[in-house]
Amino acid sequence: MERPCDYRSHPVWTTPIKENIFKQAESGKILFGGMGNAAQYPILFDHLVLDACQVTNPSIDPLREPMELRTYIGKKPKQLEFTQGANNDTSLVTKLTPNLQLETPIMIGHMSYGAISLNAHKAMAKAVSEVGTFMGTGEGGLHEALYPYQNNMIVQVASGRFGEDVNYLERGAAIEIKIGQGAKPGIGGHLPGEKVCFDVSCTRMIPEGSDAISPAPHHDIYSIEDLKQLVLSLKEATEWKKPVFVKIAAVHNVAAIAAGIARSGADAVVIDGFRGGTGASPLVFRDHVGIPIEAAVAAVDTKLRKQGIRNEVSIIASGGIRQSADIAKTICLGADAVYIGTAALIAMGCRVCGTCYRGLCTWGIATQRPDLVARLNPDEAAANVKNLLDAWTLELAELMGAAGINSIESLRGNRDRLRGYMLDQTLLDVLDVKSIGA
Amino acid sequence: MSHITIDAAGVHYTPLNKQIRQAVRDGVSEITLQNIMGQRFIADGLTGKVKIVIHGVPGGDLGMFMKGPTIEVLGNADHAPGNTMDEGTIIIHGASGDATGHSMRGGKIFVRDDIGYRGGIHMKQFQGKRPVLVIGGTAKAFLGEYMAGGLVIMFRMQDEASYAEMGLASGIHGGEIFIRGTVEDWTLGIGSTATTATKEEIEKIQPYINEFSEYYGIDSQKLLNSSYTRITPVSNRPFAGKYTWE
Repeated sequence: MERPCDYRSHPVWTTPIKENIFKQAESGKILFGGMGNAAQYPILFDHLVLDACQVTNPSIDPLREPMELRTYIGKKPKQLEFTQGANNDTSLVTKLTPNLQLETPIMIGHMSYGAISLNAHKAMAKAVSEVGTFMGTGEGGLHEALYPYQNNMIVQVASGRFGEDVNYLERGAAIEIKIGQGAKPGIGGHLPGEKVCFDVSCTRMIPEGSDAISPAPHHDIYSIEDLKQLVLSLKEATEWKKPVFVKIAAVHNVAAIAAGIARSGADAVVIDGFRGGTGASPLVFRDHVGIPIEAAVAAVDTKLRKQGIRNEVSIIASGGIRQSADIAKTICLGADAVYIGTAALIAMGCRVCGTCYRGLCTWGIATQRPDLVARLNPDEAAANVKNLLDAWTLELAELMGAAGINSIESLRGNRDRLRGYMLDQTLLDVLDVKSIGA
Repeated sequence: MSHITIDAAGVHYTPLNKQIRQAVRDGVSEITLQNIMGQRFIADGLTGKVKIVIHGVPGGDLGMFMKGPTIEVLGNADHAPGNTMDEGTIIIHGASGDATGHSMRGGKIFVRDDIGYRGGIHMKQFQGKRPVLVIGGTAKAFLGEYMAGGLVIMFRMQDEASYAEMGLASGIHGGEIFIRGTVEDWTLGIGSTATTATKEEIEKIQPYINEFSEYYGIDSQKLLNSSYTRITPVSNRPFAGKYTWE
């Protein structure tokens, strides 16, 4: 609301634009901000609508019929071979690679201990363990308090290689190599020294008060061949018992990159769209670099299918998943599962104020100050996160039932169950969906 | 104390590592690997106190994530030996490739000859764990880039001219680098500073000079009596002044 004594509002020179200029004119520095993309791009999810059955192909009542939401993340064999024994017993000959078993296609993405508090980590870890899904550690090591939940943790290997030793790799249910992040594609990250308290320093295995700097590239990865080497080295270090994921930011040629990753030996590719969250990112990256997850998932799924290698990797999508409908749409566009991040924080109390980098989070989430961290009750927060996961899982089952689908497998990549609402033909082609009415 | 020999001719790294792991589980204390020819990931993630002697040239990521073993390579090594290694010792009787000691968290690496680009990149340290990389020859550009801790010592045994490779210790925010002789001013990367090492500082690296000399049968006197340049970070918060907030 404009008040009489306010400066005149302007559609181009808005208050945030002016304030940013004031700050940079004063400091000469790079502008940083928290949370995800705050620029006013149209949200493609809101231009996609889901289908439901009427008369023919009747809908299924999830109250009465079992709905299969269990999802397996990892490589699938191209074909299965069996042998038949004397008593007509069949046994599987094909060697299966380790997969993660999820009871719902919703996981919680990587937010490091350091960026967020131990109580926040404990709450999410407890919730995913109870639901039967997984969460990421982020690049901050695995705190001892989370060891009881390690079977539901995906440990991350990023360019800073913080807190990483054999013990860490062996505790994780899966290992994720982080190449890029949707909120800051192409650049590294750094945890400011103020947030590196004693406990964070132990978990990351760096000195207290020192900046924790993750360089832009991994210094042993300069090509897909090098990436393959890191993937294989992690499998070799853990004796081929764990799936290895590779996370990239959704950028212009994401499909070609994902096709390379599918050939690197990785078991899943994680694609983080340009609305992905962050504790701190340069604004110019957060708001202007990368592409939305909807288009990225569709492009990657299409490319992998065309090349006949879709079975080589699962696709995990993240970056701006706000509600169960977004999950259903993402799966229709070709994802196997999603990572949520900000939504889980909101379930714990986050109000999306966007000042995570200050370390003063009132809700005890994005802070290491003991008095503030104590405000977050991990048990209550765990119940809230679990409730959210349960609620969205129920809604997914309802949406599937209404569409006459009783298995998530049949929803995956099922673009026919989507229609584009006021999207141009080029975008409809990229998403491979028809227009409403068509 | 038991010893076994494994003939690695034509053996892929996975079955090779399986044999090594099994031997360690069986309590073998020394393993000789014959006919190594480019196998990657040897001793990757291996835990224990075993000694491994390698005849031949191991491939990339030798001793990656390793915790405890001692590896002696009677030949050159490929890129990134000691990548993210945790504990133990790697002694290379020859040269090694790029990113030697990448992100090392503990343990020691000795290289008799030269190393490639980005040696000791992002080495770190924590409490009692302080990784050490000792280079007998010289290093290509970006030595000690992003170093967050640890110690790099470079003797440049064959060279008396000033060290002249770009990006030395650029982005360093922890740890220290000793280079025998002098370095050209322009080699210093952003965030690093160089001083002539004091007698006390050289005394602190003396055990590593002696250890190096012992491994390679070199008279340590020349190294002990040399002058060194010590490169350290200007700050442990090199990027703190680069940003302002929304």
